[in-house]
Amino acid sequence: MDFNENFILGCSAIGAGLAVIAGIGPGIGQGIAAGHAAGAVGRNPGAQGEIRGMMLLGQAVAETTGLYGLLIAFLLLFLKPLLPR
Amino acid sequence: MEHGILLSGDNIDFMIHGVFKYSFFGHEVWITTTHVCVLIVMLILIGFAIAANRCMKKAQEVPGYFQNVIELIVEKLDGIVDGSMGKFAPKYYNYIGTVFIFILFSNISGLLGLRPPTADYGVTLPLALITFGMIRYNKWKYQKPLTIWEDYCSPLPKWIPIWIPINLISNLAVPVSLSLRLFANVLSGTAMMALVYGLLKWIAMGWPGALHLYFDLFSGAIQTYVFCMLTMTYISSEIGDGTRR
Repeated sequence: MDFNENFILGCSAIGAGLAVIAGIGPGIGQGIAAGHAAGAVGRNPGAQGEIRGMMLLGQAVAETTGLYGLLIAFLLLFLKPLLPR
Repeated sequence: MEHGILLSGDNIDFMIHGVFKYSFFGHEVWITTTHVCVLIVMLILIGFAIAANRCMKKAQEVPGYFQNVIELIVEKLDGIVDGSMGKFAPKYYNYIGTVFIFILFSNISGLLGLRPPTADYGVTLPLALITFGMIRYNKWKYQKPLTIWEDYCSPLPKWIPIWIPINLISNLAVPVSLSLRLFANVLSGTAMMALVYGLLKWIAMGWPGALHLYFDLFSGAIQTYVFCMLTMTYISSEIGDGTRR
């Protein structure tokens, strides 16, 4: 069974769109981290610098899973690995 | 076959290009744009280092402008290392400072019109592998073999070693996630800017500067900080308190 090129490209585009749904998780996680950091600054305004650094570090770590999805989307859209060579 | 504008690839260009190829023991090896950009970044950094060295050789009691800047940079970098490594910090000033400056300049070299070298997986993976090697080295240097064995069997007691494969995989995931995080962040910024310049080139005047500020400067600086912080956190968690338990 062989599919033509347009079908594969369309399915790649759908797959890329599905892959970036991975961005939902890091969004929620980063929001939770930022909210807790705001609460921590409210309780202890003196530690603002340290809290900001820790929040950015945690958010950047949480961001990784979303970036994996984005990477898959880029691969599907621009390198087109599913097309026959 | 007719392609859409996104797939035609004529005006969207963020891929790595070969500059010239040569034969290396029968293999075809390419010198790519990444090599050229790494070379430019290295030349800038070496020039800065030579200038800083000349300046610090005749350092004055009351520092001038350039000496002030150099002292500020060195103190900030050493402060970052001090904050997370405690009394082992002096051994790691050089490595962390070098990696920090290299990654930072690589990330913000998009502002100079280069393709950032860290948007190539061949640059970020070696950096993460160096970190991985330092983690392993420090684990074997500062911990007893029995403690390491207990770590590998960690949720279960040490006479039931069935968790070893899972712990090995979680160890091997460290360099992969470190390098992919940096690579994907910088690549996504580069791709986003290429899309803006490729698809909106009739109205891309002035305002992409704000996007450059976010993607190149802010995101690049944050990712540099995160890479160095994670390297130091992993290493210092292996060192422990520095005595063989």
